[in-house]
Amino acid sequence: MIATLVDIASWALIAAGAFFILVGALGLWRMPELFTRMHAASVIDTLGAGLLIAGLILQAGFDLVALKLLFIFLLLFIFGPVVTHALAQAALHEKIEPLLTEDRRASRAHDAPGRQQ
Amino acid sequence: MRVVSLAGFLMVFWLALSGHYTAWLIGMGVVSTLAVVYVARRMGVADMEGHPVQMLPGAPLYFPWLAKEIALSAWRVTRIILNPRLPISPTMTVVTAGQKTTAGMATYANSITLTPGTITVGASGDQLTVHALVSENASELEAGEMDARVTRFEGHA
Repeated sequence: MIATLVDIASWALIAAGAFFILVGALGLWRMPELFTRMHAASVIDTLGAGLLIAGLILQAGFDLVALKLLFIFLLLFIFGPVVTHALAQAALHEKIEPLLTEDRRASRAHDAPGRQQ
Repeated sequence: MRVVSLAGFLMVFWLALSGHYTAWLIGMGVVSTLAVVYVARRMGVADMEGHPVQMLPGAPLYFPWLAKEIALSAWRVTRIILNPRLPISPTMTVVTAGQKTTAGMATYANSITLTPGTITVGASGDQLTVHALVSENASELEAGEMDARVTRFEGHA
């Protein structure tokens, strides 16, 4: 009985994770340029991977395998933003200009004198 | 103190990954832990930036909140992606990181990036340049709730 419930919860989480990974992939394809695409990708490595790993942990049961899955999640959690940041900075460095409808950089930097990007 | 804590964390990490609790393997874990601690001290990375244990007490409060924020904004980005009109309004803005420690500022910058819809694309001094998928996301960050929460989370130096 409990095993069935855990199985159902596990598959619900795995299916939800898969849904967000698909949405992220669709977003990668729909977004117009690099920076907006990166936003779509972040749906994949937060909710997508998170729910998927939560579902896998339920499949594994609460043992060392579950702990290792948790470590994989933490790895994604910590390296994901670092890699995203590096990619964005490399793009800006290569003078790839983001497509913007609004640019508040100049006015906002004015609030803190002497500091600009 | 910090070195002892680092050794403790490394040893627990070894035991968790190993799963084999024989004298030989635990002994190898102790040797590895001591070697890593020695190297970390020599490199000067066993400090409050490389091993920020001072942030541990605030973690049970901060990470659940961050998880909630991530889930909410991931859902918002999902709705934008699935909307046939693709209602995006990419915005670049600058926010000030109010944290005192480098580990705190890195936490803020990475929290922004982790939250779908906003990416920290640059950092100079305490000024973070942020790219937002829609202008509301940028305005929310400018309001500064996340900044205040990370500042409370970073702990005392």
